[in-house]
Amino acid sequence: MSGPATSDNGQVSARIELPDVEWRKVSPKLIIVDIIGSAVSALLALAASLAAFFFGLGIPALVLAVFFVMSVVTVLLVPRRVRAYGYQLREDDLVFRRGLLFQRVVSVPYGRMQLVDINRGPIARLVGLSDLKLVTAAASTGVAIPGLLEDDANQLRDRLVDLAESRRVGL
Amino acid sequence: MTEPVAGEGGPEAIPREGGPGHDPSHPSDAVGVGAGTAAATRPGALADGEWHRLHPATPLLRGGIALIAIGGILVANLRDRILESFTGFHEGDPLDLVIDNGWLIPGLAITIGIVLVFVLGFYLSWRMHEFRVTDEVVEVRSGILFRTSRKARLDRIQGINIVRALVPRIFGAARLEVSVAGQDANVRLDYLGSAAADVLRRDVLRLASGAKAAPAAAASADGDSVQPRASALEQRVDEFLAPELDPTEAAPESVVRIHPARLFFSILLSGPTLILLALLAFGIPWVVITGDAYLLFGAVPALIGMTSFTVNRFTKSLRYSIAGTPNGVRIGFGLLSTSNETLPPGRIHAVDVTQPLLWRPAGWWQIRINRASSSSASSSGVAAATMVLPVGDRNDVERVLGLILPALMETAAADAVRVGMTGSGGDGYVGSPRRARVLHPLSWKRNGFIFTDTALLLRAGRIWRTLTIVPEARLQSVSLTQSTVGRALRVATVHAHTVSGPVTARIGALDVDTAIELFSDVSRVAITTGRADTSYRWGATP
Repeated sequence: MSGPATSDNGQVSARIELPDVEWRKVSPKLIIVDIIGSAVSALLALAASLAAFFFGLGIPALVLAVFFVMSVVTVLLVPRRVRAYGYQLREDDLVFRRGLLFQRVVSVPYGRMQLVDINRGPIARLVGLSDLKLVTAAASTGVAIPGLLEDDANQLRDRLVDLAESRRVGL
Repeated sequence: MTEPVAGEGGPEAIPREGGPGHDPSHPSDAVGVGAGTAAATRPGALADGEWHRLHPATPLLRGGIALIAIGGILVANLRDRILESFTGFHEGDPLDLVIDNGWLIPGLAITIGIVLVFVLGFYLSWRMHEFRVTDEVVEVRSGILFRTSRKARLDRIQGINIVRALVPRIFGAARLEVSVAGQDANVRLDYLGSAAADVLRRDVLRLASGAKAAPAAAASADGDSVQPRASALEQRVDEFLAPELDPTEAAPESVVRIHPARLFFSILLSGPTLILLALLAFGIPWVVITGDAYLLFGAVPALIGMTSFTVNRFTKSLRYSIAGTPNGVRIGFGLLSTSNETLPPGRIHAVDVTQPLLWRPAGWWQIRINRASSSSASSSGVAAATMVLPVGDRNDVERVLGLILPALMETAAADAVRVGMTGSGGDGYVGSPRRARVLHPLSWKRNGFIFTDTALLLRAGRIWRTLTIVPEARLQSVSLTQSTVGRALRVATVHAHTVSGPVTARIGALDVDTAIELFSDVSRVAITTGRADTSYRWGATP
């Protein structure tokens, strides 16, 4: 699956790196939130798989078991995935990156932002984290920065709204 | 009774002001009584910032079919009644006769009452349905009990469409639809007098363009061009037979048309026909060999569906024309129901030029665009407004691109378009590295991009050729992605995000360093061109 370029476990060295961008990381507390989220689905899959096995449904049990294993792998990858998130406010745009196996780097010009959204999930709220989502006129932009401390998220939102206002362009 | 302006009742809803429609600011002229009242077709007459009403036949045209149906039922029932009473009389069934006679008067009263309520309802809904065009917005308000009001800001207009469905067209009426960005956010004026709709569109576009005043000469010429009314019928016939594109609107040399034969064969050579042929190719031998004729019956619905799809597509694209006007590109089509839309400059977010495999011997192409508004016109039987050129040869493609992206086709990008349509490798396009063969065994040489200071051109596909053009001033954001396989091959994908539509501007299998460079360049230039862009006020003189 993974080719020669990724053989040396160096997820950081193999990343696509933009020149002169210092990434700002998201809060490490996000690891807890994500692990809980993934673990719940893993346990549900396990329970369902066992139940199906108990009732003699072979194939559903197998599918659910595979799902369970995948969820466990996801849980194990959470710390690395959380470390992979990064964002930075450049002079005229916001850059955001995410992903381990499927890496994605997005640049959103401030003038193109249509709205900034802050979401808090139940677990994230317990540890005081927020997600910040940017919406442009393009549906495929898809920038959602998770794991921001509540104050940071609010500040960032106000900052982005100011920037968007001062650099407003048409559609 | 459906309200065309499905506004959100919430904050925008205007409460009723006193009694029904006793707004003192009402001018009482309705739009275009008859074919073309001189008052309504005078430039600026409807765009004067005052409230106006729609064509008086609006309720009939909108609820027309329902009304006729109700009338038909009434007549049929009445006839039944008469027949019944006759037979009752002859066969001597006194009880039935008595019941009949006893219920006759209340029955009639109820019928007349219902008709009256309908007529009153239609009348009120017409009275309360008003629009106005100011220097800033186009605004519509309607509704008897639940008032809705909808505004479209002029500088956010994405296009103005005039649709003439068959029945309204016969009666000399047209629907004007102002598209603004967003899902189902269009302002519809249905119906206006046919000539009044054309004039109103010109006025709205002029106001939206930011031009200070209408060219005086043109205005007076328009005023004179309203002929004295010969007879209403004659005028109606003239209007119906008039060329779809008003010759005064656009210079004839800028007009691109499609020959019906070409259109016919292009549709014949497209997907559904192929499926049909495949079905026949397998189905007929099957029936002959096995003798199971019932299989044929199973194929009938599919056959009917595909035929109607093809016929629809054909009639909708008939009489297609695209022309450049001072206020943007004007795309018109339709034989019986016509539709023509003006897209102001700078409203096109992405363009792709594609060639389906079967069109290659003929050298035909089609052009689609992404726009910020999604017109509801498609639901009313008119083809989606994203197809800009249903079929055309290279020459047509260049001319259409020159119309929809005039600024682009004057720059070096024009040459890039020419080589980009058919070329593959070694022609200025930055392509995929050789190691990306695995991902695109056939097209890795053709796969490539050119980045100019006005546009990003992406080409792909050896079998289904595609050339995507994104004006940089319209870019919303850019992304750079890499999958595990991509990492192994050291290739990455760049995706230029535009408003949603049929066109996706993505190029994969680029060398990772090239991709990073492209990403940085695009994100930088998108900002500068976006800031310098003033096309939303295209007529404003600095």
